[in-house]
Amino acid sequence: MFFFRANYRHPEFRQGVRDTLAVTPGLAAWGLMTGVAMVKTGMSTFESLFMGVLVFAGSSQLAALPLITAGAPMWVILATAFCVNLRFMVFSIHLRPYVMHLPLWQRLLSGYLTTDLSYVMFVKRFPHPGADTAQRRAQQAYLAGNCFMNWASWVGCSILGVVLANFIPARWGLGFAGILALVGVMCSLASSRLRVVSAGVAGAAAVAAFALPLKLNILVAIAAAVALCLMLEKIPASHREPT
Amino acid sequence: MNGTDLWTLVTIVGLACVTVLTRSFFFISSKPWSLPHWAQRGLRYAPIAALAAVIAPEIVMTQGHLVSSWQDARLFAAAAGAIWFFWRKGGGQAVLGTIVIGMAVYLPLHLGLGW
Repeated sequence: MFFFRANYRHPEFRQGVRDTLAVTPGLAAWGLMTGVAMVKTGMSTFESLFMGVLVFAGSSQLAALPLITAGAPMWVILATAFCVNLRFMVFSIHLRPYVMHLPLWQRLLSGYLTTDLSYVMFVKRFPHPGADTAQRRAQQAYLAGNCFMNWASWVGCSILGVVLANFIPARWGLGFAGILALVGVMCSLASSRLRVVSAGVAGAAAVAAFALPLKLNILVAIAAAVALCLMLEKIPASHREPT
Repeated sequence: MNGTDLWTLVTIVGLACVTVLTRSFFFISSKPWSLPHWAQRGLRYAPIAALAAVIAPEIVMTQGHLVSSWQDARLFAAAAGAIWFFWRKGGGQAVLGTIVIGMAVYLPLHLGLGW
């Protein structure tokens, strides 16, 4: 990781930093807005800073916010965050051969710091896991540089957002920007027809089952949508209604 | 409001653990193994379902009831943001655009007209 001399002195480290710098404006705005949203949904400044520095996952943070303010039980909040983060499990299957030569604590740290953007850039630059020590070292250095820049700009802008949010009146409703960010992320996941079905079913079920205690409507909605999509998958394409 | 409580701090630590667990899920065991097939297929639908389930009530409900009037800034803002996203076909900084366009619709309606 980035605090290893072998990584931050490697030329690939700078390449990783440069690649991330290209997308930093978007990252910064998203971090800033998450910082504002954390305070505006009713968390204290300390809680917001704590979350901004520690959690390092924008969409799961934003998804957890309404549940935390509604007083949902912890396991429902964690289960929701887990579901929002499921895409990372798929990334970790892909990245496994790149990191298995490292000790466990470094694997966990690499995973923790590898967000969507770092993952996408990393596998684009290195389509195959390193075959020898020099290649593996270069890959680790690149990933370290990429994650370092990503982490620094995200956390820095989250903190800035938290500080700025304290000067903005609550009645402006800036917390809604967090929901809009989730709308954007959701749209980016709508890559197949069944995924759109999944979103529609889950949204409708979450509203219909809203009266359930403990925010269980979220889990009911996810289960219903996934079960329905798995069933719809079994229908051969030729039997489906043409649209 | 805005007081710090221990429960929230513990929840935040839990969320950080979820981040570590999901991002390094298949790095943990050094034995080769994989998820059952149905679970791998389910992984494709769960993330978008989770987001939709969190978002939908935040847009169409107030205090646990479905909105009774279409004069609600949130409906227009979310629609404008989504339309922007699909119009740009998700390219470039489309998520950022969704936030900016959505808020550009939300703020005048919410602050100006009180929707």
